[in-house]
Amino acid sequence: MPDDAPAALSNGGGIGASVRRKEDFRFLTGQGHFTDDLNRPGQTHAYLLRSPHAHARLDAIDTTRALAAPGVVAIFTGADLAAAGVGGLPCGWLITDKHGKPMVEPPHPVLAQGKVRHVGDPVAVVIAESRDEAQDAAELIDVSYGVLPAAVEATDAIKPGAAQLFDEAPANTCYEWEIGDKSAVDAAFAKAKLVAKLDLINNRLVANPMEPRAAIGEYDTGSGDYTLYTTSQNPHVIRLLMGAFVLHLPEHKLRVVAPDVGGGFGSKIYHYAEEAIVTWASAKVKRPVKWTSDRSEAFISDAQGRDHASHAELAMDENGKFLALRVDTVANMGAYLSTFAPAIPTILYATLLAGTYTTPAIHVAVRAVFTNTVPVDAYRGAGRPEATYLLERLVDVAARVAKLDPAEIRRRNFIPTDAYPYQTPVALQYDSGDYFKTLEMALKTADRDGFEARRADAATRGKLRGMGIATYIEACGIAPSAVAGALGARAGLYETAEVRVHPTGSVTLFTGTHSHGQGHETTMAQLVASGLGVSVDQVEVVHGDTSKIPFGMGTYGSRSLAVGGSAVMKAIDKVVAKGRKIAAHLLEAAEADVEFSDGTFRVSGTDRSKSFAEIAFTAYVPHNYPIDTVEPGLDETAFYDPKNFTYPSGAHVAEIEIDRETGVVEIVKFTAADDFGRIINPMIVEGQVHGGLAQGIGQALYESAIYDKDGQLLTGSFMDYCMPRAANLPMFDVATNVTLCTHNPLGVKGCGEAGAIGAPAAIMNAVADALSPLGDIRVDMPATAAKLWHIIQSHPATHIPAQAAE
Amino acid sequence: MSAPVSMTVNGRKVTANVEPRTLLVQYLRDQLGLTGTHVGCDTSQCGACLVHVDGKSVKSCTMLVAQAEGAEILTIEGLSSGELHPMQAAFKEHHGLQCGFCTPGMVMSAVDLVKQNPAPTEHDIRDWLEGNICRCTGYHNIVKAVEAGAKAMGGSHAG
Ligand code: FES
Ligand code: FES
Repeated sequence: MPDDAPAALSNGGGIGASVRRKEDFRFLTGQGHFTDDLNRPGQTHAYLLRSPHAHARLDAIDTTRALAAPGVVAIFTGADLAAAGVGGLPCGWLITDKHGKPMVEPPHPVLAQGKVRHVGDPVAVVIAESRDEAQDAAELIDVSYGVLPAAVEATDAIKPGAAQLFDEAPANTCYEWEIGDKSAVDAAFAKAKLVAKLDLINNRLVANPMEPRAAIGEYDTGSGDYTLYTTSQNPHVIRLLMGAFVLHLPEHKLRVVAPDVGGGFGSKIYHYAEEAIVTWASAKVKRPVKWTSDRSEAFISDAQGRDHASHAELAMDENGKFLALRVDTVANMGAYLSTFAPAIPTILYATLLAGTYTTPAIHVAVRAVFTNTVPVDAYRGAGRPEATYLLERLVDVAARVAKLDPAEIRRRNFIPTDAYPYQTPVALQYDSGDYFKTLEMALKTADRDGFEARRADAATRGKLRGMGIATYIEACGIAPSAVAGALGARAGLYETAEVRVHPTGSVTLFTGTHSHGQGHETTMAQLVASGLGVSVDQVEVVHGDTSKIPFGMGTYGSRSLAVGGSAVMKAIDKVVAKGRKIAAHLLEAAEADVEFSDGTFRVSGTDRSKSFAEIAFTAYVPHNYPIDTVEPGLDETAFYDPKNFTYPSGAHVAEIEIDRETGVVEIVKFTAADDFGRIINPMIVEGQVHGGLAQGIGQALYESAIYDKDGQLLTGSFMDYCMPRAANLPMFDVATNVTLCTHNPLGVKGCGEAGAIGAPAAIMNAVADALSPLGDIRVDMPATAAKLWHIIQSHPATHIPAQAAE
Repeated sequence: MSAPVSMTVNGRKVTANVEPRTLLVQYLRDQLGLTGTHVGCDTSQCGACLVHVDGKSVKSCTMLVAQAEGAEILTIEGLSSGELHPMQAAFKEHHGLQCGFCTPGMVMSAVDLVKQNPAPTEHDIRDWLEGNICRCTGYHNIVKAVEAGAKAMGGSHAG
């Protein structure tokens, strides 16, 4: 246990138990309250008219016919918002480029002005009595577009002659950024005996939480108060961004509620145009305004993920020891800067490229590029999957170059277990970990030793079998505010908790994090239960409402437990400290002699004690009370700013078979051995790993957002964008090793993103291994059946050694 | 405007007066306030809207209210009263839900599966759930929950 772990932890309590989730009853019985389930009295409905073109001049917009349509209440365009002084959507992270200049940050109007820059860019909003009427009327709006050529792929958009999105961004470049010691890297390459090289694409993904986004704006004409109900992972952040930058509303007049939210995976972090539109319009029409996205609309309006094109080189000595890494990445930002977009391919990507290895010199150059596509921002893992995918595929290439087993080359380069704290050459300092152990656990569970026999057997069945390994490190628990600020964050990234003990000893916990599937209502209740010695049933967790919770930065970057949970522990410590004062008075003992464990305050070495419930009651009914020195009540708030990032790590092993006749990949076995530090609820942690793996496997084998050369999204629905189904996935073998985080009170590291980080490289290394009898073949994600079938067809069967056995 | 349509929803007789283009899911959610039935897509793929119509699972986004004349509709709200149905209980016990958005459709689909196939294998379950997308769980715990729910239903419940 870390040094500053509170004594309250030692009683065990709920920590470490697979407590069944408190939130499940309402979801299982259809009683959840998702945003679209809410309806406000007198509500109107908004429908957004969106650009059908990827790039066009926005000339006249004629709303005359639409305004006359049945049920229409109002129609607004970008010009109306500009006239009303509505600001643009802000970006929350400023990257300073390699010349010391700020990134190019073009305006992002809430409704398009002058130009549209991606298919789906909103042009006008129709507000009507019903959604159908709003949609019908939108079809009557006449918009004259002057269609322009589009820049779609980031690597094309930087070429001379490419269409230009913004006058202020020459060559469509947002920034060119770098990290690391270039001359040290060049010197290491000059003396390297072996070099591994790789070009690869990290495919663009659509997050697709199952609940589409929705928002309801409401204005109280009497008080002038605004309320926004929205599908957000961080309601306080939305209040801050929308209030301060877009609508110029002070916090005390703006309440943001994120009720039950049906998954986010990053895509519900950002402040979106529709939130500002319904909030602003509700005051204009003096009625609540509701907007709910269609799935097709989500495909062209929710921020997307990944989309990198990279070249990487790894220098080694003759023993396969890594000497230096050189990476060049072009990152697609899409048409505008989404809230955290600039940080993803820099702060959350390049800094992770040391991975689990001792590579002494690393240089990474990143160019962020605007294109006529939907904005790109964090999607589960956010930069860290891209880093892991690049590094772990490169390490497999290195293993082939050095003629070493993929597991062996990793072991040779792992950071030794006694090297912590370990300073990487790309800014991060890892506090703890044991990569040898997780790799060994994964290989054992995956039965690495028996693999070649299984491969030979598969060959007799016409199958190409492969095994792939990936290890990973992630930086979670986002983030130490001062560090984040120095790196360009425009906000603090601490977390808050309020522990309100009620007179009879039950507790309400208010957390600034937000649960949209992660089970905070249970895990955080376990923290309180074990810290105060009450039962989990006596603890209610409240999240997602700025009018109830002191403050908060929300949930993303596997931060809820590491940062939010730490704030809870701090607030619990304050409750216990105050309770001890009250107990000392009641027990007529010195405060220093009163100890607290298992829900009881006791005078050390005696049987004189008071229960937690008695102390709570006394705090609210202070008849016999140290009223001169202690305030009544038992309600404590804490803010916690993390001291460092946390560093979850692990090893994933995939075993797959490719059917030579069809190209279909079957995942025979998937093993994940992860180190998340202390685990509060193993059942929930396993579930998080499963979900992450499914998304990582989805990226590797099925999913891809594909645009044509005109910027039309070809994979714009579940018919074309392949979401993993139950039959596409195996049962997962998951295991955990525990090395504690050294700098937070719980010793926790975070588990939400791990699966999506490790799985793509493990799967794709397995695909490359399976194809190895055909040659050294490079395949980009997704490794679809069609792609693999073509590869197999184009390599004569006589090259397959196993063919002789058939 | 359409003629009124009568049906039974969760045991209650109701009459719908809606535009002809109204989908069953819109009627359930917007008119009857049964918001446990969700909408996750517009191409009939996700299964979040799945209900039982005359005892069979149907995606309520693929059906017009007008087609439901005389039908018996069962939604997640009507599956149990008070205590959880064994399939719901199995989802809770095996952590077969995270955000809970796909969950009503998953549970209704699983109940129909078990009615048709009282002892489904893992393969049967994965195959059956082809029309239900979950983005959170990776299906692992859903499969375990359906297996357990099937056993429990065999023991105690006709579904
Ligand atoms: S909403 Fe009916 S299948 Fe998706
Ligand atoms: S539990 Fe979130 S989509 Fe299935």
